[in-house]
Amino acid sequence: MKTTTALALILMMGAPALADEIWVTNEKDDTVSVIDTDTLEVIQTYATGERPRGITFSHDYSRVYICASDSDAVQVIDPATGEILHDLPSGEDPEQFVLHPDDVHLYIANEDDAITTVVNTQTRKVVAQIDVGVEPEGMAVSPDGKIAITTSETTNMAHWIDTGTQELFANTLVDSRPRHAEFTRDGSEMWVSSEIGGTLTVFDTATQTEKAKITFEIKGIHPDRVQPVGFEFTEGDSHVFVALGPSNHVAVVNARTYEVEDYILVGRRVWHMAFNSDRTRLFTTNGVSGDVTVIDVAGRKALKSIKVGRFPWGAAFRPTD
Amino acid sequence: MFRRMVYAALIALCAAQARADLTVGIAHLQVAQPMPPTLSNLDPVPDDLGLAGALTGLSDNTTTGRFLGQAYTLESTVVGEGDDPLPAARALLANHRFLVLDAAPEVQLAIADMSEAQGALLFNASSGAAALRDGNCRANLLHTLPSDAMRTDALAQVLVQKRWTDLALISGTHPQDEAYAEALRRSLTKFGLRLKAEKTWAFDADMRRNAAQEVPLFTQDLGDYDALILADELHDFGRYVLYNTWQARPVVGSEGLTAVTWSPVIEQWGAAQLQSRFHEAHARDMQSEDYAAWAALRTIGEAVTRTGSDDPQVLRDYILSDAFELAGFKGRPLTYRRWNGQLRQPIAVAHPRALVAQAPLDGFLHRVNELDTLGLDAPESTCEAFK
Repeated sequence: MKTTTALALILMMGAPALADEIWVTNEKDDTVSVIDTDTLEVIQTYATGERPRGITFSHDYSRVYICASDSDAVQVIDPATGEILHDLPSGEDPEQFVLHPDDVHLYIANEDDAITTVVNTQTRKVVAQIDVGVEPEGMAVSPDGKIAITTSETTNMAHWIDTGTQELFANTLVDSRPRHAEFTRDGSEMWVSSEIGGTLTVFDTATQTEKAKITFEIKGIHPDRVQPVGFEFTEGDSHVFVALGPSNHVAVVNARTYEVEDYILVGRRVWHMAFNSDRTRLFTTNGVSGDVTVIDVAGRKALKSIKVGRFPWGAAFRPTD
Repeated sequence: MFRRMVYAALIALCAAQARADLTVGIAHLQVAQPMPPTLSNLDPVPDDLGLAGALTGLSDNTTTGRFLGQAYTLESTVVGEGDDPLPAARALLANHRFLVLDAAPEVQLAIADMSEAQGALLFNASSGAAALRDGNCRANLLHTLPSDAMRTDALAQVLVQKRWTDLALISGTHPQDEAYAEALRRSLTKFGLRLKAEKTWAFDADMRRNAAQEVPLFTQDLGDYDALILADELHDFGRYVLYNTWQARPVVGSEGLTAVTWSPVIEQWGAAQLQSRFHEAHARDMQSEDYAAWAALRTIGEAVTRTGSDDPQVLRDYILSDAFELAGFKGRPLTYRRWNGQLRQPIAVAHPRALVAQAPLDGFLHRVNELDTLGLDAPESTCEAFK
């Protein structure tokens, strides 16, 4: 009896694909690292196209999309095998993208061309190309799918796209070098980070007007080096974790009061991030130190650094059970 | 005689968005300066040096402006060597309130002092001369190119960090070489470094044939030192000194490890995008003078975007205020020094293949802004025009 139980346990431990995964694109290694969210170790490294940055999964997690910026393509990869299935037309230099709630349309920022490209992932055709500002980067789509956002880094705007017509209906100025955009889960707010401006701007979605602006202050670090980049909402949208780039910290912002509650020291040049399934742990990509910091969300402290490839950039969560 | 070119918005305007409520006319004046011959012709100076950067800035401004009903134009004039630049400047200032200058420092001063230039906003995108930021500053002249002192201070910080404390200097005889050497001497004193030996490059032989024989002998009596500094701003002899010195020592300054405004090897901080945008438009690498002209156009564009005004005084006030910041692909916001109109900026210290450091380096502290460890700080400045 005892032997059988032990054997069963070993089998379970040895069985693949039981723990969930965090996938991390390594911009200067042309690879993606797969981290096991339980053991906190890299379990796979797959080759990608050149300069992989944005990464996201299809809603059923059967496909992973990766912006291979210097290959001028979005690559579609089978996450079970790491095999590159095919490329999607993406326009030139795709940097970041967002998958529409319809699970079909990708909205892609073409950094070199001041264009947002809309691609149908099933027909593999470009549906629309929308002129936006210089160096589009941050991409978001509202939960109801009606609005897509592109932020442009040199034009310093959030561009509001009507996904019905694929046309711009508003352009709102933000502080210098907007990098990332997210809607709240109820869609009422849209947040934008400004890297050089050092701020987060909160917009009221209905009116596209600025509702709040959040600034950061870390003792001993010059304000110029506190550069908000990627950010994510916690479970229930109560808080926002904000990567602050070369200040090597992640800020915890109260999403109701817009006040900064904490700063967590992580790796160097923290960039983007992804949560595990119940959002108790956060995985941040640290470009310069070439690692991923695992943060205990409740305890607000770093647990571990995981070495990945060179210049980790994007991160995405994949459940496996 | 001078050449005139007018660049309208080069980008096709989307009809629905092209409601230009405001058109901002910017002028670019290039006054050709004598170019003494150099030993090598390997790196010709591009004809559109500077102007190409202004055009990239125009394109960036135009893309941004189309969402705000703001349009930009650029009129460029080139004045030939030996011709009087003042009539050309007068003609440009008759129609434009913003003028980007690519000219010798004394020409810039003469233009800034013209009655037509009063109330206009001028940008020095070509001269690192100390006097323009100091006793000879002008309230209507801002500087997007770093001063020589900002570059030599950046280099000195790297020397301190590497503990290359004992230096030797070889300078050329052109005014630019002498100005750079003077800035270097000040920087070495400022950062507590020692200049142990100094020589002037006085050869007239063609070093491509005999550098290997001449340079070891020429550098033998410099004694021992940690690094050899070259002041060869026209890039005449410096390239033949590397790997030919008597002592096996690194070469820094105008060649080897250089402190520069911009370099094709800068790819961090989003710079790769600006580099590729520039390369695509002009089929060559972006150089420091291009960056300075780009920064001038973007300064105007950013101020117009944020104020909605094209009044040069409104824009000048905004540019010199706390609210202004320019994202200049150097990793931190760029702002202007209120005491002399110099664009505050990190300085790249690089060799031709890679970035080595970016000044200000960690540990060089300043009570207000670490960027002000580079160049003339407020207490040292004798500039009165900005008070």
